[in-house]
Amino acid sequence: MAETNAGIRRITEQEYKYGFVSAIETDTIPRGLSEEVIRLISAKKKEPPFMLEWRLKAYRHWLTMKEPAWQNIHYAPIDYQEMIYYAAPKSQKDRPKSLDEIDPEVRKTFDKLGIPLKEQEVLAGVAVDAVIDSVSVATTFKENLGKLGVIFCSFSEAVENHPDLVKKYLGSVVPYTDNFFATLNSAVFSDGSFAYIPKGVRCPMELSTYFRINAADTGQFERTLIVADEGSTVSYLEGCTAPKRDTNQLHAAVVELVALDNATIKYSTVQNWYPGDKDGKGGIYNFVTKRGKCAGRNSKISWTQVETGSAITWKYPSCILQGDDSTGEFYSVAVTNNRQQADTGTKMIHIGKNTKSTIISKGISAGHGQNTYRGLVKILKGATRARNYSQCDSLLMGDTCGAHTFPYMEVKNATAQVEHEATTAKIGEDQIFYCRQRGLSAEDAVNMIVNGFCKEVFRELPMEFAVEAQKLLSVSLEGSVG
Amino acid sequence: MALLEIKDLRVKVHDKDRDKEILKGVSLIVHPGEIHAIMGPNGSGKSTLSQVLAGRETFDVTRGQVLYDGKDLLAMSPEERACNGVFLAFQYPAEIPGVNNTYFLKAAVNAVRKHRGEPELDAMDFLKLFKGKMKALQMHESLMSRPVNEGFSGGEKKRNEILQMAVLEPRLAILDETDSGLDIDALRVVAEGVNALRSPERAIVLVTHYQRLLDYIVPDHVHVLLEGRIVKSGGKELALELEKKGYAWIEQDLGRIPAEAAR
Ligand SMILES: Nc1ncnc2c1ncn2[C@@H]1O[C@H](COP(=O)(O)OP(=O)(O)O)[C@@H](O)[C@H]1O
Ligand SMILES: [Mg+2]
Repeated sequence: MAETNAGIRRITEQEYKYGFVSAIETDTIPRGLSEEVIRLISAKKKEPPFMLEWRLKAYRHWLTMKEPAWQNIHYAPIDYQEMIYYAAPKSQKDRPKSLDEIDPEVRKTFDKLGIPLKEQEVLAGVAVDAVIDSVSVATTFKENLGKLGVIFCSFSEAVENHPDLVKKYLGSVVPYTDNFFATLNSAVFSDGSFAYIPKGVRCPMELSTYFRINAADTGQFERTLIVADEGSTVSYLEGCTAPKRDTNQLHAAVVELVALDNATIKYSTVQNWYPGDKDGKGGIYNFVTKRGKCAGRNSKISWTQVETGSAITWKYPSCILQGDDSTGEFYSVAVTNNRQQADTGTKMIHIGKNTKSTIISKGISAGHGQNTYRGLVKILKGATRARNYSQCDSLLMGDTCGAHTFPYMEVKNATAQVEHEATTAKIGEDQIFYCRQRGLSAEDAVNMIVNGFCKEVFRELPMEFAVEAQKLLSVSLEGSVG
Repeated sequence: MALLEIKDLRVKVHDKDRDKEILKGVSLIVHPGEIHAIMGPNGSGKSTLSQVLAGRETFDVTRGQVLYDGKDLLAMSPEERACNGVFLAFQYPAEIPGVNNTYFLKAAVNAVRKHRGEPELDAMDFLKLFKGKMKALQMHESLMSRPVNEGFSGGEKKRNEILQMAVLEPRLAILDETDSGLDIDALRVVAEGVNALRSPERAIVLVTHYQRLLDYIVPDHVHVLLEGRIVKSGGKELALELEKKGYAWIEQDLGRIPAEAAR
């Protein structure tokens, strides 16, 4: 059925094939998705033919796919033909003139998180001179990286300036056929980040989207590609603790990581998209595909995530452990409060010999939040002496929230060792009382207990980020224990 | 003026769809400088009394009044009581996984200092403050870098409570069976910790059901709590008599049970 529909659509859309040139004169593109729209996007971005072809292949494949329904989350159907898939970057004059124009709720949270005024302006996209500071910081930053041969730029710039690298690695970890949301992203992605660390280079600073000047408007379909060449090391930070609002409800990002021989990639995320109001209205749906490939021997990929935002989080940062002796790690804190739903976890695919993986997942549910850990540890036949350790802990605050754990294991090699531990605990009235008896407020007590619960994950975050993440957690859980 | 004045305190708990009265009219006056021992068999309500004084919300106060330093204690939140110098050494201290013991104690000290309008202690000052106290309590340094009470032995937990008390220097310390589960050496160390706190401004309420602790900490007053009531009060010799004759003696003394059953 979908197949024939797709076929029909393909034919009917053929005639637009050559019609796009005139259309790019205007800055608006029609609602909905069609080959014409994809050609428009590609043309607006002045992409080389290989990119357009890739997008079109993805789109055609997408038409044959169904939205997944296996996850433990519930939401009203998404109308993909109602969305606008390309928005020109905001010009200076469309931006807010000062922080006074920013939603007071957002500003309050900025203050609670202790974010300095100048940074608040940058984060909120204010069109003032403050941005100049960050531009100059970013420029020196880029110069220093350039000397080492590190490439760190927007995805669009990478397509323009390093097409060979993009061509070689794009889709090499998450193919355009991968899953409904990743395929959609492949067809329409707007922009994102690109990083390449050359052989033997230890990247001297944390790469972060914050430093990328044009990060403000990467939009709802972001795409990131990081390649660590032999013997290189890089740590990448995505997102920030500041709350982010967006009028687009659906976010479907893709992140691909490639680690060659002896390379290490550490990828840390703090996600704080708008979760919706108390009843869950207006929150972001975050459907993300993140995957890393330890392609080389003795390579390592480590994911650390702190997920506090979004109405829906659907996300499984995974590692394909192809190289012998390679290591995959997943450290996660996911918070669901009010009506938030999270279905998150990881996949560790052991292919090479002596491959190792560690999974530490901490789920916190409050209010009516529903928190699901879903993980797969797959040990293939050739993965002699592969090892995995998984630990999934859930913390419940109150009686109306839920925690669920679905650990899947497939072990095809008898020499493998797989270990799984899981706990579910309610935040103890006795623990809170103990802290209060020593002089801490109920709120400080809860923060302390929750941060203690998350410690094994927070210590994996870069220092500065860890402090922010702790504050973020307390803001996210505010008022959840009476 | 009395530091603590409990007047006809009645407390119930809601359990399995019904109310159960635990304290049935307790009255007690504690002056600064005094040590009071509250003794009684298991289940008589000693921990309930201690926890109600500290502000535990699982219990309902149905009648009575508690004045602390002349102020209505029951109107204060648990943290206000703590910041005003009420300390409870728990019979079963809670474990807080992932929270460093030193960090926790520092947070507690600074919460109290903040309340008093004093500047917060930095890490160096704090270390100085508690290192000495730790030595006095013969506490292993390793306990301070571990999570609060997690994996501590019974005795280690009790010492940790006393360390917290020593560092926080409360005006009213309530020790709920701090002696149980301690060997004789540990008991002596803990008693020294308590005696070191003794001063004309402070008062201590010792809850115990053995008189053993009272060999090391000599009380000014001893009270017997039985089924939610203080049924007998006296000097330190009352504890010795209890030790010798057992709680049944009191019940008999009160005419509740015939003499032959008490034997
Ligand atoms: N939270 C509670 N729910 C129900 N019963 C309780 C609760 N706390 C205490 N009790 C009951 O109250 C009585 C007194 O308990 P407690 O104060 O702990 O005694 P003690 O410390 O003297 O041994 C006991 O019968 C106990 O079972
Ligand atoms: Mg007791």
